[in-house]
Amino acid sequence: MEYKNTLTTCIYCGCGCSMFVETMDGHITGVWPAKTNQISGGKLCIKGWNVTSFVDHPDRLKTPLIRKDGKLVEATWDEALTLVAEKLNTVKKESGPDSIALLSSAKCTNEENYLMNKLARAVVGTNNIDHCARL
Amino acid sequence: MIDEIRKAVAERLNELDGVVALRRWSQGVAPHLFQKGDDLSELEIAPKYPLATLVSKLHKRYPTIKLGIVARGCDERAFIEMAKRNQIDPDRLYIIGFACTAEDAQACYCTEPFPKNLIVGTPPAPGPVNPLVAKYDAMPLVERRAFWKQQFNKCLKCYGCRNICPECFCEACAMEDMAWVEPGLLAPPFPTFHMIRAMHMASRCVACRECEHACPAHIPLTVLYDLMRRDIGDLLGYVPGADIKAQPPLSLSLKQSPLRQGAAH
Repeated sequence: MEYKNTLTTCIYCGCGCSMFVETMDGHITGVWPAKTNQISGGKLCIKGWNVTSFVDHPDRLKTPLIRKDGKLVEATWDEALTLVAEKLNTVKKESGPDSIALLSSAKCTNEENYLMNKLARAVVGTNNIDHCARL
Repeated sequence: MIDEIRKAVAERLNELDGVVALRRWSQGVAPHLFQKGDDLSELEIAPKYPLATLVSKLHKRYPTIKLGIVARGCDERAFIEMAKRNQIDPDRLYIIGFACTAEDAQACYCTEPFPKNLIVGTPPAPGPVNPLVAKYDAMPLVERRAFWKQQFNKCLKCYGCRNICPECFCEACAMEDMAWVEPGLLAPPFPTFHMIRAMHMASRCVACRECEHACPAHIPLTVLYDLMRRDIGDLLGYVPGADIKAQPPLSLSLKQSPLRQGAAH
């Protein structure tokens, strides 16, 4: 009978609302808004209340998938990243770096978004980088 | 007061499987299940959380455990209504009740800011009636509708009022039923979305005010539920959370629980 609350910040947008993720015997059992937090003051939006719903969701992807002969099959990260890198190189070579755009995400940290920006400008060589909300 | 509560919890942990209370973490305070050997200097009594919900979860997950709870008046009232609807087992629950402060009672407009199982503290004077209730009472029907339309127009449809509520535990929620609430609309359809909840709160709402505290749009939800409580009291003589033996009128027939004539507002 192990009960725990872990204080964390909502991953869904940049507002920084705070919540406790409740676990019983190592399994997520709920979310409590953090009432003592100065940003959100015990209030959450629908995303915050459901912030853990993907964790044990049956549709959650646990490995990368590569489409082979029209069917998505499970792959390793090495296989998937190698394939993406090869394809990006091919497109860049054939059509130029501005034929590629990168869409980053509010679910990532500032640091991860910074790295995405570096990948776009320094590696791919394009200024075509934007937020996933434009997708 | 908190030392007395910690002492009472330490004593009870010798015979119970755990005690539900609030715990201070490095940043913030959250509900917790204290077990024997835990550091009780981390036990806190504020800010208020709906601890009845946690007891219900634990009772369902571990069907034989006996729990204690450090409870306010509203936690105890919540248990009483939950027990009537098989959400907690009162035989497996020991209440370590404490009195709210006079400031709490005022802020919550609380009519009974202490539990019946009062172990620690002195009952403060009840809080005042929410001034919005009198303001609302004075409005003609057409203005009342305009008032709620304006308030509910702010709704972000976060379902926080339902999620935080100790008396909201239906597995299938009518507020998520497409037959009643058309999906994809923001603000949600007026008046169905909020009125479904208001109707379901009749004979359930124990005036803990958690819904209003959780609302990011600052909708004065408890004005609506206070009025509902008043009507249920006047029309059916039922006070949610007052008596564990009193049957909720909405689960009885009109013969078993007749309407009181001329009592409607």
